[in-house]
Amino acid sequence: MGQKTALYEKHQQMNAKLVGFGGWEMPINYGSQVEEHHKVRTDAGMFDVSHMTVVDVAGADSKEYLRYLLANDVVQLQQQGKALYSGMLNETGGVVDDLIVYLMTDPDVAGEWFRVVVNCATREKDLRWMADHTAQFDDVALTERPELSMVAIQGPNALVKVESILSESRVKLIEGLKPFQGVESEGWFFARTGYTGEDGLEVMVPEEYVADFWQALFDADVAPCGLGARDTLRLEAGMNLYGLDMDEKVSPLAANMGWTVAWEPAERDFIGRSALEKQRAAGVQEKMVGLVLENRGVLRSHQKVVINGEEGGEITSGTFSPTLGCSIAMARVSADVADTCHVDMRGKLVEVKVVKPSFVRNGEKVFS
Amino acid sequence: MSDIPSDLKYVASHEWIRDEGDGVVAIGVTDHAQDLLGDVVFVELPDVGADFAVGDDIGVVESVKAASDIYAPLSGQIVAVNEELEDSPELVNSDPYGDGWFIKIRLSEASETAGLLDADGYAELCEAES
Repeated sequence: MGQKTALYEKHQQMNAKLVGFGGWEMPINYGSQVEEHHKVRTDAGMFDVSHMTVVDVAGADSKEYLRYLLANDVVQLQQQGKALYSGMLNETGGVVDDLIVYLMTDPDVAGEWFRVVVNCATREKDLRWMADHTAQFDDVALTERPELSMVAIQGPNALVKVESILSESRVKLIEGLKPFQGVESEGWFFARTGYTGEDGLEVMVPEEYVADFWQALFDADVAPCGLGARDTLRLEAGMNLYGLDMDEKVSPLAANMGWTVAWEPAERDFIGRSALEKQRAAGVQEKMVGLVLENRGVLRSHQKVVINGEEGGEITSGTFSPTLGCSIAMARVSADVADTCHVDMRGKLVEVKVVKPSFVRNGEKVFS
Repeated sequence: MSDIPSDLKYVASHEWIRDEGDGVVAIGVTDHAQDLLGDVVFVELPDVGADFAVGDDIGVVESVKAASDIYAPLSGQIVAVNEELEDSPELVNSDPYGDGWFIKIRLSEASETAGLLDADGYAELCEAES
């Protein structure tokens, strides 16, 4: 039996099908993952993401520490609550994990601190990695926050529905949020972030309040959604899943994460920088693309990509796209791929379209 | 607990078989199977007229989760396929014993039906697998 989140009983009451995931027992769906998917694209759905790992980073050296630890540069966080997506790399430039970091305090006031959210399946190695690299800094304190539950509410009506169950003062705070920004409120944290390609919030809630919060959202017609829908939604949005789309052996430059590497200022040293610079100078031979199968069938992880009759890469994640009604995938392929290629699907070669790895945003198809 | 109608026969690969009379049987997947598969998005079925021996691949069910082969539970010739599934594969989830049927076969080896499970036997098998 895995660990249970504070919403476990709610999931059972709401007929969740529970599965093991990264050491936790989590809902895969509450009946139909396709219906849950559509609910997020057209209205509002909610996900229990309490299994994710929240770590607060404080101390006088916290900023310099994160500038060394992460490939993206937290100096870009110029407003309280702003969020940044980054890879945390190893010395060879592989991805230890991907994460979100929030600046929790005013950038101009001393005593700033940050909140980092990393994946659950990588929790132990991440915490070890983060702790090990504090050694060269005098004043960095890492505090895991397991007592915070987390609920992601996503969809075009997500904000309105969340606001409908909150106090006036909290509604005001949420209305003031820009995309990719969060705000603290008496131990709660409301962030306008997500993993679906829709507008919405990720809310960190002290665990003793989360069951009531979940129930109130349900009563406001926010549909409970499982990890199944979370996966089809993030894939349509072209967002990577750690462990499938990249891992410690994969460079961010070959995982559609080049935009998260802050090369400037050139004098900033971060873990993995020299390895990435060598890769960039030598030219990256592989890239991440999106694949679309317009005929019947479903592309799956690890199927081989065939370019001009030769093996030219592999699907990292594939699924059926409920929004588009056909199969889509992300694949790491040789960089010279053209507009179409083939995939070996269960021994049969099928032609697929090659697009940028982003398929649906705000309910709409984004490739042509 | 999944639904296991007592008037049907079953095989261990989670297909059901209904006697339609005249040596013809209808075949589909069980409620338990559709639950394991999750949302079905494509069903690939054989052509009418094709001959199969027991255990042959006769098609593929693709769900959001995975692709699963369908095996012929009995030997015979395909006399009908459920064309509704082309546009509405979700019928496999919503009505596995009714509108979600897959194929009808005219049996070539009637004696093979003796080896099928009844509802109790199939229920025990599901129990043992869970």
